[in-house]
Amino acid sequence: MTDLIVFLVLSLVAIASALGMLFSRNAVYSALFLVLNFIVVAVFYLLLGAPFIAMAQITVYAGAIMVLFLFVIMLLGTDTLPQSNVLPWQKPLATILSVILTVQAIYLVFARARSDEAVLSPDASVNSIENLRAMALELFNQFLLPFEVTSILLLVAMVGAIVLNKHEKTGAK
Amino acid sequence: MTVTVDYYIALSAILFIIGAAGVLIRRNPLIIFMSIELMLNAANLAFVAYSSIYESFTGQIFVFFVIAVAAAEVAVGLALIVEIFKSKKNINIDEMNSLKG
Repeated sequence: MTDLIVFLVLSLVAIASALGMLFSRNAVYSALFLVLNFIVVAVFYLLLGAPFIAMAQITVYAGAIMVLFLFVIMLLGTDTLPQSNVLPWQKPLATILSVILTVQAIYLVFARARSDEAVLSPDASVNSIENLRAMALELFNQFLLPFEVTSILLLVAMVGAIVLNKHEKTGAK
Repeated sequence: MTVTVDYYIALSAILFIIGAAGVLIRRNPLIIFMSIELMLNAANLAFVAYSSIYESFTGQIFVFFVIAVAAAEVAVGLALIVEIFKSKKNINIDEMNSLKG
């Protein structure tokens, strides 16, 4: 019963912060709402017995990625955009498409995909340190090649970001 | 009354729809980017929920890779947005209609 209350309260916070992100006029407020959402999702990961993923979520998403977002918002000074009327039919069409997507998702979740298996409770043994060790063994044995490829991907992204923002002094080319 | 995996999948679907609506409705590319991050997060939540009921680590490890790819994507995407803003002085996404810089 307490599990259910905790889940409902947390999911209310998650949905409210996601809606706040969507409807804030100011992009800085959107970013801060999204930080709150990421932290709530990290708490869900803890409840589901994934402590490593929860910590990675907080450091990488709520920490690094959102700080990068806030830097860019403040660097560009585009926290509020002026209204433009380039495509006036766009907003009603987007709203209709969102409603259609919502109806489809509700149908699929509540009518088709029923599976009444309970998730593990947060105090189950899945949160213990032996489990974390087993996950590390799996990550570095079975998934070693994807892990290394990910490091190359991060290197490429880093070099790409630097190249995109490098300005040549000569102006040639 | 226990929490079943359906609850997590429903929450994940709701967050995904909010993210998709953000991509469709908002016209600030930074907020569109944040909505994409929200959608990735919703998918991650579904992965971890199923990883919990099947007691397998594969879902969690996949989420770890998704987080790494999202970090790379954000670095490159924000660099592109900064560059577009420098050349056009405007980042309304409706007015980005030419590939020429």
